[in-house]
Amino acid sequence: MSDSDTPHHDGGHGHDGHDHPANLAHHFDSPRQQFDAAKVGMWVFLATEILMFGGLFCAYAVWRANHPEVFLAAHKKLDMTLGLINTIILITSSFTMAWAVRAAQLNQQRLLVILLSLTIAGGCGFLVVKTFEYSDKWDKGLWVGTKNLFNPRYEEPSDREANQAPGEQENQAGNESENGLGESNENTAPEMPPEMSPEETPEEASEQGPVAAPDAALQDPDENAHNDEPEVMRSAIPVPGMGPPGLSEAYSDQEVQRQETPPTPEELIAQLPDHVREKWLHQFFQVYFLMTGLHTLHVIVGIGLIGWITVRAQRGAYSSEYYTQVDLVGLYWHLVDLIWIFLFPLLYLIH
Amino acid sequence: MSVTTTPPITVGHRQQPSSPPPGSNYLNARRGIMSWLITLDHKRIALLYLFGVLGAYFLGGVFALLVRLELFTPSPVLAGSSEKAWELYNHMFTLHGAVMVFLFIIPAIPAIIGNFVLPLMLGAKDLAFPRINLASFYFWLAGGLFFTYVLIKGVLNFTFPVLETIWGPGGLDTGWTFYTPYSTTLTQTAVVEATLGAFILGFASILTGVNFIASIHTLRPKGMTWFRMPLFLWSLYATSIIMILATPVLAITLLLLAAERVLGVGIFDPNMGGDPILYQHFFWFYSHPAVYIMVLPALGILSELISVFSRKHIFGYKFIAISSLAIAFIGFLVWGHHMFVSGQSPLANAIFSLLTFFVAVPSAIKTFNWLATMHKGSISLKTPMVYALLTIFLFVVGGLTGLFLGAINTNVHLTDTYFVVAHFHYVMMGTVLFAFLGAMYYWWPKIWGKMYNENWARIAAIVVFIGFNQTFFWQFIMGSQGMPRRYATYSTQYTRHHQFSTVGAFVMTAGLVMVLANMVHSVAVGRRAPRNPWGGNSLEWHTPSPPTTFNFDRTPYAGDPYNYDHWRYVSEEEGYVYDPPDSDDEDITRP
Repeated sequence: MSDSDTPHHDGGHGHDGHDHPANLAHHFDSPRQQFDAAKVGMWVFLATEILMFGGLFCAYAVWRANHPEVFLAAHKKLDMTLGLINTIILITSSFTMAWAVRAAQLNQQRLLVILLSLTIAGGCGFLVVKTFEYSDKWDKGLWVGTKNLFNPRYEEPSDREANQAPGEQENQAGNESENGLGESNENTAPEMPPEMSPEETPEEASEQGPVAAPDAALQDPDENAHNDEPEVMRSAIPVPGMGPPGLSEAYSDQEVQRQETPPTPEELIAQLPDHVREKWLHQFFQVYFLMTGLHTLHVIVGIGLIGWITVRAQRGAYSSEYYTQVDLVGLYWHLVDLIWIFLFPLLYLIH
Repeated sequence: MSVTTTPPITVGHRQQPSSPPPGSNYLNARRGIMSWLITLDHKRIALLYLFGVLGAYFLGGVFALLVRLELFTPSPVLAGSSEKAWELYNHMFTLHGAVMVFLFIIPAIPAIIGNFVLPLMLGAKDLAFPRINLASFYFWLAGGLFFTYVLIKGVLNFTFPVLETIWGPGGLDTGWTFYTPYSTTLTQTAVVEATLGAFILGFASILTGVNFIASIHTLRPKGMTWFRMPLFLWSLYATSIIMILATPVLAITLLLLAAERVLGVGIFDPNMGGDPILYQHFFWFYSHPAVYIMVLPALGILSELISVFSRKHIFGYKFIAISSLAIAFIGFLVWGHHMFVSGQSPLANAIFSLLTFFVAVPSAIKTFNWLATMHKGSISLKTPMVYALLTIFLFVVGGLTGLFLGAINTNVHLTDTYFVVAHFHYVMMGTVLFAFLGAMYYWWPKIWGKMYNENWARIAAIVVFIGFNQTFFWQFIMGSQGMPRRYATYSTQYTRHHQFSTVGAFVMTAGLVMVLANMVHSVAVGRRAPRNPWGGNSLEWHTPSPPTTFNFDRTPYAGDPYNYDHWRYVSEEEGYVYDPPDSDDEDITRP
């Protein structure tokens, strides 16, 4: 415990027998230096966290650029209200955390414990809401990996087979997607052959739209059925104009028709045949579960860390002399919050 | 001195250090196996890393020799049937690459030499976070155990094929790059275990990087401004930045790879709407900067050795310091040059090629500054200096052949040939291993307090050098004639080259055994080392050899690390003695 009011001034002399603060490790000259080192270390560590999530954000960007229609359609299966509630919960808990750091700096021991407990409550609330969301997705067969109905390699979870006839849960999945995916959802992915034949590529599909995709515009639909178009699909949403010069040389000699009033993405999606709209739909849920899953893992770690400092705070370990751990855990918690603030619009609020 | 009684010696770091009894040093201050396994002393952790990393180097070396043996003739060597032999060959080159890259080269210089020397150069008692430092070693060990597990399982499966049906696939045959879709859908080996191993090793790297950055920021002593730091610290600082910024990307890449294999998420699988090229971008976004994680500390060591053994102030200090940061920065922008033939757009190829050539600028700045430092210096060819000179030679060869690979048109011809193999062995092994050995010899007296046999060390250096060039120089020729890499068999026109190369590998091994024997001999019966056998002026030479547990009795004052004026050679000491001209304006407090 370092409740003593002894000022600890070190003039660069390490171990000359002066009163040594209890929390000062031997290899630092002063509490100030120790605090600075810890702070630098934490910020650098947070940089690694950002880059780790940065990889996922990058993957998100690539997938969304490749299949924007998938993201537009699939995000409607997420519950925006629950996402909003979670956002509010996390921002509030960030606030209580920041206040807790201030309380530690001001020696307000009781307030510190209360605020830390509130922060933990916020984290747990987040997890509860997330559990509801995840179990809902599981029930609808919109889980990660091959447990997703739309995955070409879909595998029926063993427990569901026992409880439900396959038809039932398909209807469930279909009902959920009224606004985003159109009405006729009987032909969900499991029935679809993974090898999609070329005539079902979105290039053809978008041709019926008011704006033809640049490459589709040049092709007769009948020819399109027999060409050697690779199976890898491009976006069904036509590019608004040319890409940056040089980056999209494939289209450089083709005329791009510009539309006076471009159709909304929803209109375009509505014009796509069902199987095209749904072919890659599982991708959205892969990215959703990978990103929110990793984030949830961080929330759990954060709750553990805050729990640990709450126990220490209750024993009076922190004071205006020493609050490094509260400060650092606070930084970590703010980062977890900040990542969610990016995840929420990217996953729930797509336009 | 503390007025209270000295607390009992524990492994923790919190007690007040009392002044140690005479003759006490970090090696003998505490005894018992636990005092090593849970030590928080950066010097002891460096030694833990030393033994671990050398073990990994031995393992990777055995794989390398097996690869070279298989290539001795075009027909199968390692096993009777060609199918079996070539399967084995795939495992051997994969494990050679993975073990050498992840377990040896990346931690070698930062975690061994850096760990030992960095706090000493800072005049500090330890790194900023001793516990994190220890944790990083155990992360390294855990990652290493994953690889060992993959290896043992592979060996057992190979010997008793029935085991594979019981406990699943073992071994690894994807190449160290884990390229998709082979690694995610086709291979029948333990990819998930290996990627988890590499993932955990990433934590070791990150923790070391965090520790180094925080230490350099906050533990510099009075008088050591940023531009008075020894250049080795600058290179470690740049290395740490790369570790911090690149390693997490590898971590997420490997997690995605594991998720792809285990859950079937289809991120990198075009049949499921994914993109296999995305994997290559992710992987090289880490693995190209990782090349600089390996090579930058080696270049920092050269800056130290060349200045000390030329008895001359380093030439162009600021340029060398900034060039380390410049290499770290540009290193992040060139990953696409590994993917010239992956089908990325011609514009991207052109940009990556141009940026690749930019790396040559800071590299050349360093090289010319070293040469300028030696110019008119008083060069003594002690073993570390011999290694430094050999390293410059190998670095220049490796760097100049990199130009052929960085140019798109020659790259298309040379890609995936032995030219690439030779190029990166000149940079990775030539530069890094030789600088590492030079550093080991240079700081050996400080680490163990013992001198080694100078003549044997120099002979061993020459043997290793000859063996190295014999192994790899022919691979440039083979490669430019079209010999592809990773092939277990070849057209007979390459037989002579391959045989010459294989013999070279064994010559090099003999040289390395001489190095090891000399070092073991020196620890056992070597002559006592003086405080400063080489006359260096960075702070580690101001403390006894080997240092006490807390390095310095009091925080020293740091002056110019490359000013050797005040060190005088005393033949009775067989080392240099600090001899400040006038105690009033002395710029370094002798501890």
